[in-house]
Amino acid sequence: MVNVLLFAELQEAAGRDQLTFDVDGITVKQLKDQCLSTYHLENIDYAMVAINEEYAEEDALIYKGDTVALIPPVSGG
Amino acid sequence: MEKNYWITHQPIEVNDVIQKVVRREAGAISTFIGAVREFTDGKRTLYLQYQAYESMAEKKLAQIGAEIEAQWECAHTAIAHRIGTLAISDIAVAIAVSTPHRTEAFQASRYAIDRIKEIVPIWKKEYWEDGSMWIGDQKERVSYLRGTPSEEEMKNG
Repeated sequence: MVNVLLFAELQEAAGRDQLTFDVDGITVKQLKDQCLSTYHLENIDYAMVAINEEYAEEDALIYKGDTVALIPPVSGG
Repeated sequence: MEKNYWITHQPIEVNDVIQKVVRREAGAISTFIGAVREFTDGKRTLYLQYQAYESMAEKKLAQIGAEIEAQWECAHTAIAHRIGTLAISDIAVAIAVSTPHRTEAFQASRYAIDRIKEIVPIWKKEYWEDGSMWIGDQKERVSYLRGTPSEEEMKNG
């Protein structure tokens, strides 16, 4: 299983702070597409993705047991 | 507290942050404090809510500290960011950088706050008299179109 953490506007859009996908060895892009088709997270295109707390590119691979986070544009400070 | 980089739900004690970087070699300590602003372009903020991906945010704050130490020799950095509900004038972030001389301390603390706004997973929700919104970035532009921020976005962020 791959847990996908949601924050800020994406968390509100999904109505929950975490999604779970039964996948192994898919790309960041494929995971984003699944989030979009299954949960209709329209703003996901603007989000960065972190795999195990490091930013990842669209073609990075996600494996079973990874913790993925969808990171909307940040606004700390 | 052991850490030099931390996320907290409690009010930030600026002196705690400063004490992290005090040392005999440092002749300069620069602090930056980010506070909650009431008016932005004439629009009144009632209060803010900050959310963080806490474990990653602390890692990214530490990364900023490492970047500073690579760029300015002998710089030591500490950063605290508060999350939760904050009132007007509350301190959201405090940065302290110590260096042997003043120029580097000023430059490095400026670098730290700019980088926080680029890479640290913390989000701000503004509550106004007529509604609320998660702020996408500090200039309220559409942000990253790709997976990670580009060099240009890093510079302009």
